[in-house]
Amino acid sequence: MRVAEAWRVALDALRANRMRSVLTMLGVIIGVASVVILVAIGTGTKQQVEQQVEGLGSNLLLVVPGKIEVGTAPVVSPLDLKDVDAVSRVVGDPSRVAVTVASGATARAGNRSDFTTVQGVLETTPSVFTRSLQRGRYLTGADVDTSRRVAVLGASVARALFPDRDPLGQQVTLAGVRFRVIGVFAPLGQSLGVDRDDEVHVPVTAAQRLWGTQRIDGIAVKAPDRERIDQLGERIVAELSRRHPDTEFSAVTQQQILGVLGDILGVLTGVLAAIAGISLLVGGVGVSNIMLVSVRERTREIGLRKAVGARPRDIGVQFLLEAVLLTSIGGLTGMALGVGTALLVDAFSPIPAAITWWSLALAFGVSAAVGIVFGVVPAQRAGRLDPVVALRAE
Amino acid sequence: MTVAAIEAVDVSRTYELDGVSVSALRGVSLTIDQGEYVAVIGPSGSGKSTLMHLLGGLDRPSGGRLVIGGRDVASLTAPELATLRNETIGFVFQAFHLLARTSAVDNVALPLVYRGVGARQRRERAAAMLGRVGLGHRLHHRPNQLSGGEQQRVAIARALVTEPAVLLADEPTGNLDSVTGEAVLELLERLNAESGVALVMVTHDQEVAARARRRIAVRDGLIRSDTVHDRPGSAGAGEPATLDPAPSAEPRSASGSGPGRPSGGSGGATGATGRLPHAAGGAG
Repeated sequence: MRVAEAWRVALDALRANRMRSVLTMLGVIIGVASVVILVAIGTGTKQQVEQQVEGLGSNLLLVVPGKIEVGTAPVVSPLDLKDVDAVSRVVGDPSRVAVTVASGATARAGNRSDFTTVQGVLETTPSVFTRSLQRGRYLTGADVDTSRRVAVLGASVARALFPDRDPLGQQVTLAGVRFRVIGVFAPLGQSLGVDRDDEVHVPVTAAQRLWGTQRIDGIAVKAPDRERIDQLGERIVAELSRRHPDTEFSAVTQQQILGVLGDILGVLTGVLAAIAGISLLVGGVGVSNIMLVSVRERTREIGLRKAVGARPRDIGVQFLLEAVLLTSIGGLTGMALGVGTALLVDAFSPIPAAITWWSLALAFGVSAAVGIVFGVVPAQRAGRLDPVVALRAE
Repeated sequence: MTVAAIEAVDVSRTYELDGVSVSALRGVSLTIDQGEYVAVIGPSGSGKSTLMHLLGGLDRPSGGRLVIGGRDVASLTAPELATLRNETIGFVFQAFHLLARTSAVDNVALPLVYRGVGARQRRERAAAMLGRVGLGHRLHHRPNQLSGGEQQRVAIARALVTEPAVLLADEPTGNLDSVTGEAVLELLERLNAESGVALVMVTHDQEVAARARRRIAVRDGLIRSDTVHDRPGSAGAGEPATLDPAPSAEPRSASGSGPGRPSGGSGGATGATGRLPHAAGGAG
């Protein structure tokens, strides 16, 4: 039998049992669509996180007390502003050194309030991190030196406290102390579900006074170039370790952060794809099941075909093609559904999704392979039927 | 002499059912010549269906030698046997066995699919064949849109579209009323006469069998008689004799013994002309 003829026969058989064919395909459709959607979400999240980490600024070095490893407890920071001066001397340029001391606090304005993160920072922050203002100005050296109670609001804080008026020049109360709003950040959006616009920057000196501490939580350094970034990190860690022999310090680069995050998200994407793959497998079992039913139902047809000259292989190929057709059509439909859903998710939800060609190729390839794997047994059974027995079947 | 279409020598067929051997055929010899019209008659369980399956290459003998279209069935693989069926045998079944949801012309064209004939030529040949069985106006009807007689005529067209040497009809009128059955038999006989295809008809109906020139009676897995009648259709006189032939006539055919041994007895009993056992003619 010619291959084109076999395709036509298989297609006719699927059409003859339209409802059953569609329901059988549904398993494959759902499986393939899930693979495509989940891989798209995993990939989209990874891309977004990478962009955001890179968007922080270039050649960043983050110095924190303790080890940056999964499973280690956070360490109470022994750092203070004198350590920051020491780091600035190592770097050689104070404008390349930023600090933070952060704590959660309730911000109030009039009868509105918003629980947010208050960050005590130096005026150097915009030259280390990429942050742009939407309105007003950032902190100055004078603000820091004089512990002036001024604040720069994140976009969502500004929206929450001043939904219908200009926040500039207004008073906000942070942990019970009044600050004057001097600027508002441009929005950044979300990252891994965290609102990056939910923060307030105040002079580090004012923040320390607010919380009654001399502490600094972490130091960020913008290295002059990428080549010497690791060496600079080592020198900073050495200097801090000399000043605080009891504490370990870590310096991490964006590349290291990206590596860790990428690994985590890669594993996550893999796990999601595997779960979706299992549903594809279940769909394949459904195909196998339906093909066995089909062989049994059409035993007389098989007997007749054999009587008029169909070879075992002709019958086997016919049923195998039928199974492959089921899963391939299901696979294509699932791909279309998956791509469509992923695009909708990306456009209308905060979850990012990016279609990758390899996931489409993989999903389709796997679905076609599922058809072959799960179609072989029913096809062989059909091919081996004894024509005499088959013709007598009911 | 031309080569026999089918030649069986001491063919037996044994089935294994739950470990027990059941002999459906116990040594049968016969030859079907080209263009012959043969009725195989016997009660149910006589082995006539098994015989038909063997003659049609649907099954293989457990013992003996079976040659279809000049090829020894024992030496053929399953695919080769399928090809042999396709080229040599046309089947007509009691239950028609048409593909539902498939038009008459495509049903008739089915054997040509397995012969690798192109779609257009298939349709042309199938349509022509349907014309010959009087269904030229029903090409695109589906089986459920056709009467029983029409369905059987589609099946006959399907059996003949490959121009086989032998047409094997298994109770072709079993599912039809007598008038329709008569028309189907006349069609089969006309095609047998016109195209020279050998017609082997398996039946339990005496009247039907009486139409054939040669009648082979099967019982208990053996051929009880193999007789040739000069006046086909002499049902009244011939039939009972075929089923209950003179004792002396039986063992000859049943044993499949000695080629060349004259068949004196059977003819005498029925009043029909005796002839050589067919195995003898084919082998000779």
